[in-house]
Amino acid sequence: MKNNTLTIIKKEFARFFGDRQLLFTTVIMPGLLIYLVYSLMGVGIQKMITEGQNETVALTVENMPQSMAPILATLDSSLVMVEQPISDDDIAKLEDKDINAVMLRFPKDFDQLTIPDLGQPVPNVEIYYNSTNNASSRVYYALNALLSNYNRPFTVNVPQSEEQRFDQASEENIGAMIWSKLLPMLIIMMLFSGVMAIAPSAIAGEKERGTIATLLVTPMRRNELALGKIISLSGIALLSGISSFIGIALSLPKMVSGEGIDYSSLGFHYTTADYFALFLVIFASVLIMASAVSILSALAKDVKNAGTMVTPFMLVVMLAGLLPMFQNGASTSLLVYLIPFYNSIEVMVGVFAHEMQWMPVIVTVGSNVVYTGIAVWVLTRMFNSEKVMFAR
Amino acid sequence: MEEILKVEGLSKTFTLSRKQQKIEHTNTKRKVAVDNLTFEAYRGEIFGLLGPNGAGKTTTLRMLSTLIRPDSGDAILDGCSVVNQPEAVRGKIGFLTSELKLEDFFTPNYLFDFFSRLHGVPDEVKETRKKEMFGRFGIDQFAEVKVANLSTGMKQKLSLVISLVHDPEVIIFDEPTNGLDVLTARTVTDYLQELRAAGKTIILSTHIFSLVERLCDRVGVIIDGRLVACGQLADVCGGLSIEDRFFEMYKEVKGGEE
Repeated sequence: MKNNTLTIIKKEFARFFGDRQLLFTTVIMPGLLIYLVYSLMGVGIQKMITEGQNETVALTVENMPQSMAPILATLDSSLVMVEQPISDDDIAKLEDKDINAVMLRFPKDFDQLTIPDLGQPVPNVEIYYNSTNNASSRVYYALNALLSNYNRPFTVNVPQSEEQRFDQASEENIGAMIWSKLLPMLIIMMLFSGVMAIAPSAIAGEKERGTIATLLVTPMRRNELALGKIISLSGIALLSGISSFIGIALSLPKMVSGEGIDYSSLGFHYTTADYFALFLVIFASVLIMASAVSILSALAKDVKNAGTMVTPFMLVVMLAGLLPMFQNGASTSLLVYLIPFYNSIEVMVGVFAHEMQWMPVIVTVGSNVVYTGIAVWVLTRMFNSEKVMFAR
Repeated sequence: MEEILKVEGLSKTFTLSRKQQKIEHTNTKRKVAVDNLTFEAYRGEIFGLLGPNGAGKTTTLRMLSTLIRPDSGDAILDGCSVVNQPEAVRGKIGFLTSELKLEDFFTPNYLFDFFSRLHGVPDEVKETRKKEMFGRFGIDQFAEVKVANLSTGMKQKLSLVISLVHDPEVIIFDEPTNGLDVLTARTVTDYLQELRAAGKTIILSTHIFSLVERLCDRVGVIIDGRLVACGQLADVCGGLSIEDRFFEMYKEVKGGEE
């Protein structure tokens, strides 16, 4: 009995350790991926924390208390402080998310404040800022933390009327920020799932079933076969991605309605040009995904093997989809738009953040088309290679 | 007789993986599958490549059908080189082997149309040919049934039909009766004879002596990748049966070991 158990254990170990690919994907890859994921997340979080730290922030203070002046002066080296009355027009200027500014209004005689009599209003410190501007947001949180620890009888940012808002970010900008962090990841995931659902079967499956050889003995050129495969797979994956995207767009407001966010006011307010750019970049993304998965599937012996080979690649793409969570707005460097997969995510971030520019879209679509051309060439070579096509 | 295929010095060596070395019981990393093969075939004949398993027959046919590339040598098929004009060669041949499968999801009707398009068969020719071939092999009743739901015999007949959609001049057939039930095997061999009568050239590989005796006009005997005899069946046999003559040659090559 014990011997049989040992025999089974030996057989399972021999099967496992004899398969180098399985060994890599189950033992080496998880550690490698966790290292990669956590390192990249660390870089992202660090970037999010430090982003805007070097940018100067204009802090306008009304009724500056004597006791606060030295503290505020040393609060943040990036602050440029001005003491002056704050008008409603000044506050309205904060709606522009590109302005790094915070306005702080103290009650008069802040240093002499005493606990108010029962029924009398509690003095309130007002901090006006824009949450969609990183620098403004950072200074707001710093001031809030400072004042919350200040031993005085006052409140901070308690609205005195229904209309009073301290965060001057427009609903559109808040919506854009949320969509730009959330949707690129979801779209990429949906598109990749679509590609994964069909590409391994269409290439590795044909190898496994022996139907690819039937195609290879026809007079059709190998590059025609490669191009036909990639375009058809892209088309189907695109349809699958569109279906998933519509599902997300319709269900997202319902899904998050319990979070206390009024998503009805954060609806899509995108232009036709935004939608056109989005379509272009989604199509370019699908092309490159289908190309990459097709190449990996052509290398695989069968569908199962293709799944194993594509998994690490899928995780890297998913990870790239997470990066917008740690950034505010799209990258301004055109070189970023030459990086396959990540370029599409960056363009999507730009579109959803209302910062779409045509040059990144053109660079992304152009580079993805070039990469797809290279992939067609590689796949053609693979269809020509007996080692790849008939490997056992 | 018009020469339609000229094979000259065709060679192919495979690199063996460790797994394959174990299967082959060898320590050498390279295996010569086909060694300097030279023969020819003529229009309107059935040429048989006879040899034991692993002799190099399938590798030879795969090189002729351009699925794999020879390391050296070439074959000129109806004026086209398998090395330099593989697409043109593929347009002239019908290749059938048990390795080639059809998509289970599709119907015979769809597959016939699909492969006809890939071979550039004009629509009107395709329809006439489909009717004739489907009728000849009894596929017409199952034309709209998915391949997955066809019997094994019907699938094999469909594979044969699909490989001939473009009415090729040369038909390359690897082990034509392997795995076929007796009825389908008979249908196939009868059809090969019909094709020969129609002036087509058939190159087939087999290890079945009776098949060679029944079908082949000329034969090449291949052992360990080398052609040890080639010519008219009667000349190769030299008064013996093909089976007896083959074992004589086999002993000569292998030095008595079997």
